[in-house]
Amino acid sequence: MRDEVIRRARGAVAALVLAGLVVAPWVVDDYTTAILARTLALALVGVSVALLTGVAGMPTLGQTAPYAAGAYACVVVGSRISDVGVVQLAVAAGAGAVLAALTVPLVVHARGVIVLMITLAIGELVVTILGRWRSVTGGTDGLAGMPAVRPFWGLPPLASDQARYLYTLVVVATLVGAALLLLRTRAGLLLRAGRDDETRLRASGHRVPLHVSGAHIAAGAIAGGAGSLLVVAQQYISPADFGFDTSALLLLGVVIGGTASIGGALVGAALVIAVRDWLFGVLPGHAPLVLGALFVATVYLLPSGVNRARVRLRASSAAPSHPQAPPARDAATVPELRA
Amino acid sequence: MNPLLSAEEVSVRYGSLTALAGVDLSIHEGQRHALIGPNGAGKTTLLDVIGGATKPQRGTVRFAGRDISRLGPAARARRGINRIHQRPAVFPTLTATENVVVAALPRVVPRRRWWSGGRRRTAQHRAGPLLERMGLADVAAVPAGHLAHGQRRQLEIAMALAGSPRLLLLDEPAAGLSANEVGRLVDLLRALPRAIAVLLVEHRLDLVYALSDTVTVLRDGQTLAAGTPDEIRTSPLVRQAYADGVA
Ligand SMILES: Nc1ncnc2c1ncn2[C@@H]1O[C@H](COP(=O)(O)OP(=O)(O)O)[C@@H](O)[C@H]1O
Ligand SMILES: [Mg+2]
Repeated sequence: MRDEVIRRARGAVAALVLAGLVVAPWVVDDYTTAILARTLALALVGVSVALLTGVAGMPTLGQTAPYAAGAYACVVVGSRISDVGVVQLAVAAGAGAVLAALTVPLVVHARGVIVLMITLAIGELVVTILGRWRSVTGGTDGLAGMPAVRPFWGLPPLASDQARYLYTLVVVATLVGAALLLLRTRAGLLLRAGRDDETRLRASGHRVPLHVSGAHIAAGAIAGGAGSLLVVAQQYISPADFGFDTSALLLLGVVIGGTASIGGALVGAALVIAVRDWLFGVLPGHAPLVLGALFVATVYLLPSGVNRARVRLRASSAAPSHPQAPPARDAATVPELRA
Repeated sequence: MNPLLSAEEVSVRYGSLTALAGVDLSIHEGQRHALIGPNGAGKTTLLDVIGGATKPQRGTVRFAGRDISRLGPAARARRGINRIHQRPAVFPTLTATENVVVAALPRVVPRRRWWSGGRRRTAQHRAGPLLERMGLADVAAVPAGHLAHGQRRQLEIAMALAGSPRLLLLDEPAAGLSANEVGRLVDLLRALPRAIAVLLVEHRLDLVYALSDTVTVLRDGQTLAAGTPDEIRTSPLVRQAYADGVA
């Protein structure tokens, strides 16, 4: 009963947010529209972080690596092969997936803080390579001047900030919808089970390393796709777009949003990115400090993010006959640091 | 006939502590075998070795004619060794039904036409009756983390059965259950298909005598005695062990 109400309320909020996002470019100026488009791309990377951190229980600081792979692959394809958006999107997602697949052997048997460290190292390594490999990446100067993207064969190129924003919005909504559907399948069920108790999952006969690899590759594909959106939204990329601060911010956003919730991750990541951009304006030079403090505060004060309220409500409505039953392990929402 | 399971000369050491010192155990298809002994005798450790959770320093484990010593727990589960843990191990944020579905999935054969519902649907069909049988139909949609201890235990049994076991390893399944629940457990274990072999670790000797064909007594990591329940009941060695130990 209460679950039903909550579900409806969440649906209504989601519909409202989506409606707001659709009309936004007619309400705000072009500059803000462009910022919003970039924020959407980053929020999509946040979704890939939530998929690993919250749903599968493997916190990550390395999703900027497939994000970067997707972005640079998109630029290469865009300036040499095709100006069609879906082609660039597919290539970028493929590049993200391949990069994730290459790094899977490093993380598949590690858990918890170790994964954080390994993924952090992978992210930093990728940024370093991007800075050095000047012939392809333009080095630290970055790349600009790609031809305008046409979303699909036969459609006109995206020539305004509004058009680029709406394209980004449609792709993000589609990919988020796909992620939500994926989580309702057997794959989603097994990921949640692995987050709850991996040893138990093995004891039931499941090939856990396969699930872990699949989750990393799927998250890599999503982040890679987001990379192609960054190229469209920003029309310029450089290694600075994929640094450690971005990974940390995304993890922060996902924790604030309640790690296990895809919608929460979207909102949390978007909020954090927006706050950063705003802080850069009002507190030049101090933004990282403020965000760092916010991160610590979040982890300590809000261990399960905004989602906690929902979990509590569900706990009290689901088990009326066992008032003293132990509270649900907040695994659903805490970024699990499994050793 | 070759035994379904045979563990030979299994030794496990934790540092200087010897948990198992060269234990032999064999179980035939459909046999109901009990493992008893005082606390710390090594019963759980032996189940760990058979299930693959612990790698022994010495010894081999054979199952259905194959040496499975090098296989991990997942591969052994897929071959039909399923386990109930001494502390019920369930997926707390998944509903009772989802728990059983997850446990059933590895042994569900994919349908030829994947669009006809697929493995999850098949597993779902299997879960309903199992939950019913364990008296959990009312809480099928409740997250397992919210279930009472006894219910979690029943749920783990449903999960083990969902995996279509050939050998069921039960580590003190009656611990913490109410009299009612123990009654249901005994009925259930008695009604198991005869083809399923059971290795039961249990403190309550009345349950051991009611449920098993043969008994092995462990003490300090060694086999103290083995035989039928009647032989064990009257063995002076066993009486001595239980008088010294806990029981
Ligand atoms: N992981 C472990 N590390 C160290 N010692 C252990 C471990 N597991 C079990 N032991 C020790 O091994 C002995 C046998 O334990 P166990 O198999 O759990 O006994 P039982 O189930 O018969 O009560 C005990 O002395 C116990 O303390
Ligand atoms: Mg034990």
